[in-house]
Amino acid sequence: MSDVNFIKVDPNFGRDFAWTPDNSKTVAVHIAKYPAGRHSAVMPLLDLAQRQVGEQTNTQGWLPVPVIEFVARQLDMPYMRVYEVASFYTMYNLQPVGKFHVQLCGTTPCMLRGSDDVMRACKDRGLAKGRTTLDGLFTLTEVECLGACANAPMVQINDDNFEDLTYDSMYAILKALTEGLPIKEGDQFQTVSGEEFRKLYHAVKTGPQIDRKTSCPVDGPTTLKEMVTANHDYREAL
Amino acid sequence: MLADKDRIFTNIYGFQPWGLAAAQKRGDWDGTKKLLEVGADAIVEAIKASGLRGRGGAGFSTGMKWSFMPKESKDGRPSYLVINADESEPGTCKDREIMRHDPHKLLEGALIGGFAMRAVAAYIYIRGEYVHEAHRLQTAIDEAYAKGFIGKNACGSGYNFDIYLHRGAGAYICGEETALLESLEGKKGQPRLKPPFPAGVGLYGCPTTVNNVESIAVVPTILRRGAAWFAGIGRANNTGTKLFCISGHVNKPCNVEEAMGISFRELIETHCGGIRGGWDNLLAVIPGGSSVPCVPAAQIMDAPMDFDGLRDLKSGLGTAAVIVMDKSTDIVKAIARLSYFYKHESCGQCTPCRVGTAKAGKLMQEPVWDGATLEDLAQVMSDASICGLGQAAPNPIRSIQKYFPDEVSEAAWKGKLPSPGEPLTTEHSIHGETK
Repeated sequence: MSDVNFIKVDPNFGRDFAWTPDNSKTVAVHIAKYPAGRHSAVMPLLDLAQRQVGEQTNTQGWLPVPVIEFVARQLDMPYMRVYEVASFYTMYNLQPVGKFHVQLCGTTPCMLRGSDDVMRACKDRGLAKGRTTLDGLFTLTEVECLGACANAPMVQINDDNFEDLTYDSMYAILKALTEGLPIKEGDQFQTVSGEEFRKLYHAVKTGPQIDRKTSCPVDGPTTLKEMVTANHDYREAL
Repeated sequence: MLADKDRIFTNIYGFQPWGLAAAQKRGDWDGTKKLLEVGADAIVEAIKASGLRGRGGAGFSTGMKWSFMPKESKDGRPSYLVINADESEPGTCKDREIMRHDPHKLLEGALIGGFAMRAVAAYIYIRGEYVHEAHRLQTAIDEAYAKGFIGKNACGSGYNFDIYLHRGAGAYICGEETALLESLEGKKGQPRLKPPFPAGVGLYGCPTTVNNVESIAVVPTILRRGAAWFAGIGRANNTGTKLFCISGHVNKPCNVEEAMGISFRELIETHCGGIRGGWDNLLAVIPGGSSVPCVPAAQIMDAPMDFDGLRDLKSGLGTAAVIVMDKSTDIVKAIARLSYFYKHESCGQCTPCRVGTAKAGKLMQEPVWDGATLEDLAQVMSDASICGLGQAAPNPIRSIQKYFPDEVSEAAWKGKLPSPGEPLTTEHSIHGETK
């Protein structure tokens, strides 16, 4: 990994980490979900910490050692137990990532539908697997099945899915994100990311990139056609 | 084809709103108190009688699983219901549709299931990548609390029941039930040895049942319409409706709810617009997610899509994630990509899986496979791994050896040799680790 172009990191980064007032409340909600004395809240807290680091650095966030130590202190856990969790799960970033974390699914269902083309579009936009672009905008990761296989191929950029991709649509999405173009919301809904991201975000349509409603067959449903226009309780037909 | 009136997930594509008011209009939370009044044992009996088999892959009787839970706590330990929403099996994308378009079906099912097994609370473990789905599900939970459907005196039944949402953080292994429990306890998701089984010692050492999202979400409808209705759909021992996720080389990939036992041909023709390039172009199908062996075209075409029908083909229904491959597929590459998946997702706890998946990946990159060594390795992995991941990981390899041995033979290799200087494989392939 020596040739990875790291974002330069201040070695003291994260030493003054403390929850924002809002996140402080969220932390309390998470801890209250689990029986007293249990360490179950470690996962939501790490996620929250990563998101807070992301907001502070205008990236998708990561978990420097002092932040992991902070979470360990809060939950009264040994540092190593928390580090184990942080390093086990792929969604915790142990090194900085860019403003847009492009997570490209390359597992067989996506591969069959053309994820190689999507990967090529990423490469043609200057992204490289496992690296962050020099402008700090994009990090590209190849991930395993993200569970949207009927809408393959797909990528997840930050919290949002972009589905039914082709080379062209992927290229256009990355171009739009680079240029910060205005964009509409597709099938997906409220994002939970930061304000800055919201502004940029509206530059691209999320969800399926073709004319299609979620995972419905492409030219309209073969079942439950009445549901398209109105809500029904089908038991009334009994 | 299953009649629309017999469909459970009527808002599967999200044409209508997902919120409480719309869900009630579709029939959710309708007389839940009355459903609970028949008593816990009667509910378990009804689910047994419906023939519902777990929708997460193993196909074990859901009612039977519930009946393993203690009827009263002798030592003060509470019981828990844990709902497995860590949908990560390649090809599977059905629970996502339930959670983002019909979340109240899941919550009502959680209450009824939890009541039937005398649980104090349900934890829903949703995969971390489903960020929006988690957000929506949490909103639905808040709605249900606000209406008094869950929480203290849920639905006016006098029964107290909480539902909590727990987000994962990206680990396929957490779909294995004991790994899921470990993860829920705030540890690495590494499977436990069984026994003890979760019904005896599960979450926080308490009796626990882990059920798939779909298994739980169908429960309220089964009780409302009667076990006999559900048992009347499909074939004997393979009853009810099922969400199928069809991906790969069909003209119109989609999710659809169908009767169990529908033939593969009817499923694809009715809902997916046929195979890309016609039926003669079909090569093979993985009928139940990456963990089940693939089935060649001739055998699958008219096979019934249910647990027993696919077992007879030495495959399985799994999660009903139907991955279709036409003749343009490089079958070795497609299957090797699945092996890479298992290598990536192995939790590293036991040697047969940790070392075996890596070794298998290396051996599969050879242009001519060493069949005997691979089979030996596959046997060790399936015999000696702790959990289903390591046991299922060799399935893809075995299906190649069994059905497509010519593809990895010396003759095939000689036919495909590149001209000097050209690499053997494309860059986005099984070698696809960070370079």
